[in-house]
Amino acid sequence: MFNLIARRLLQAIPTLWVVATATFVLLRLAPGGPFDDEKPLTDEIKAQIEAHYGLDLPLYQQYFDFLGNLLSGDLGPSYKYPGWDVQEIIAQSFPVSLELGLWGLLIAISVGIPIGTIAAIRHNTKTETGLMGFAMLGICLPSFVVGPILLLVFALNLNWFNPLGWSYAADRVLPAITLGLLYAAYIARLARSGMLDVLRNDYIRTARAKGLSERVVIMRHALRTALYPVVSYLGPAAAGLISGSFVVETIFFIPGLGPFFVNAALNRDYSMVMGTVLFYAVLIILFNLIVDIVQMWMNPRARHE
Amino acid sequence: MPYTLTDKPKRHRFDYKTETTDQPIDTLGVFAAMTEHRPPVLSKVVFPARQPYLPVMTKHEREQTANEATSLGRDAWETIKRNRMAQIGGVLFITITLLCWIGPWLSSYSFDQQDLAYGPQAPSAEHWFGTDDLGRDLFVRILIGGRISIGVGFAATLIALLIGVSYGSIAGYVGGKTEDLMMRFVDAVYALPFTMIVIILTVTFDKKSIFLIFMAIGAVEWLTMARIVRGQTRAIRKLNYIDAAKVYGASHLSILRKHILPNCLGPIIVYTTLTIPAVILLESVLSFLGLGVQPPMSSWGVLINEGAKKLDIYPWQLIFPAIFFSLTLFSLNFIGDGLRDALDPKETK
Repeated sequence: MFNLIARRLLQAIPTLWVVATATFVLLRLAPGGPFDDEKPLTDEIKAQIEAHYGLDLPLYQQYFDFLGNLLSGDLGPSYKYPGWDVQEIIAQSFPVSLELGLWGLLIAISVGIPIGTIAAIRHNTKTETGLMGFAMLGICLPSFVVGPILLLVFALNLNWFNPLGWSYAADRVLPAITLGLLYAAYIARLARSGMLDVLRNDYIRTARAKGLSERVVIMRHALRTALYPVVSYLGPAAAGLISGSFVVETIFFIPGLGPFFVNAALNRDYSMVMGTVLFYAVLIILFNLIVDIVQMWMNPRARHE
Repeated sequence: MPYTLTDKPKRHRFDYKTETTDQPIDTLGVFAAMTEHRPPVLSKVVFPARQPYLPVMTKHEREQTANEATSLGRDAWETIKRNRMAQIGGVLFITITLLCWIGPWLSSYSFDQQDLAYGPQAPSAEHWFGTDDLGRDLFVRILIGGRISIGVGFAATLIALLIGVSYGSIAGYVGGKTEDLMMRFVDAVYALPFTMIVIILTVTFDKKSIFLIFMAIGAVEWLTMARIVRGQTRAIRKLNYIDAAKVYGASHLSILRKHILPNCLGPIIVYTTLTIPAVILLESVLSFLGLGVQPPMSSWGVLINEGAKKLDIYPWQLIFPAIFFSLTLFSLNFIGDGLRDALDPKETK
């Protein structure tokens, strides 16, 4: 266990370096810079600003400065939000994205697993067809379709929720549903096929032969193994929830990190883009590690590999 | 005592609901590598219950099973013929594609023809799906948008296919340290938020051409393909017939092309079919965020984005593009699911 964590953390270093370098190169290849606005600055002022941020130095120098600052945990100042450091912006807006992501994940798990399990238990019945049709619906209705429709029905017509904002607890409902639905659908499909595979095993037949109730067979014996593929899906799902939240945050005007990132990329806010990408890369690496640890705990065989 | 089959081998690969103890031996072996490392067994045999598993067949059995063996393609076709959802998906997708390519020629409006005097109009006999803010016919714009969305879907998938298959098969075939390194790289990129990379790629070049968008999407979508093909290649590489081909003097390239890739075809087809809707979705997300195709061109993502902004006043501007978009994803996913059932005996959808 300890070995795994140590190895993964060591592997993360080259990964992050590749990410940082690739992003740096791509951004500098892009035409235009952070201070090329529609209303051009005079050359003197622009030169002065660029000197202030060290953008007049040769590229390799900027690159090494950036890596150096990174090692000391400093992501640098944002060019588009003067007076703010990138880590300050992230610290302020990420908790919102995180909360949204966690609600979405909660909905995905608490809707997806029961649907998938019930569909598997009722294999080859109308119930299964219906539930899996519903799951397919979730996959084919992306968040930017579901979001506006939910807004239209529940916020504008029924007036149950505020259409925009992030101030009250009720404001979490629609965005979380929008975000979680797709992942609920995927989880339902994984849970169903996992459960179908497990139910074919001999030990399930033994459990039934012992006279255990179907409920105990499913809950105690089958579910843990059946959820194994679901857990391994949670790693990529976390990445998806993060990038999916860009769209949801745009639709519902939520002050999360997503819109900051998209704007930063469009405005060539170099440090902001680099900071956000690296931050998310770290986050995803951590999340994948957690998923691996949980899987080890679930499957004793994996512990000895 | 020779081992004989007590009853005729029967096809029940997909019939999992019966609690039979007959163990179907993995038939095509096509997906073996994805799930476990089991060499492909070339024929389809069902051994009776409680008999020891004997991998060696008697002459009698070989003759019996030879009659039962079917080709991958014919087998798949039989399964598809029984899967109604996949058929509906196929017909639907062909209809939408044809409509997108032929429809705009038949309509008397063009996608950028404005009618500012009227502005947005509700659906009518004149404009079937209404018009957008500039008075442009929404029906034609949806079809044109469909060309872009479906076109990007196929083009980007093709790129992902080319990179993924060559990368994965080379990694799996070469093996050793090179393979380790190559796959470690895939793992490293895998751990990143795709959408962010694509966003950075699309803003890197200022001119937002369609070409660029599908290059960017293809550049991140190949990873899964590489993983699947590599796993498959690894399993096949160690089989005897590959050694035989080497002894025979075949070059590495021709071994890959003639002996290994044809055996990876099943998973490649399935995954390709499932990549197309994923790519269409990603393109729409980009367009929705304003990073995809630029006006006056349209794609489904652009149209949905425009519609979503005004959904309380002009709901048709959201609803019609959304219907087309979702139906396309629906049909492609059903086709993909159907193909997976058909080509992969181990999966259960």
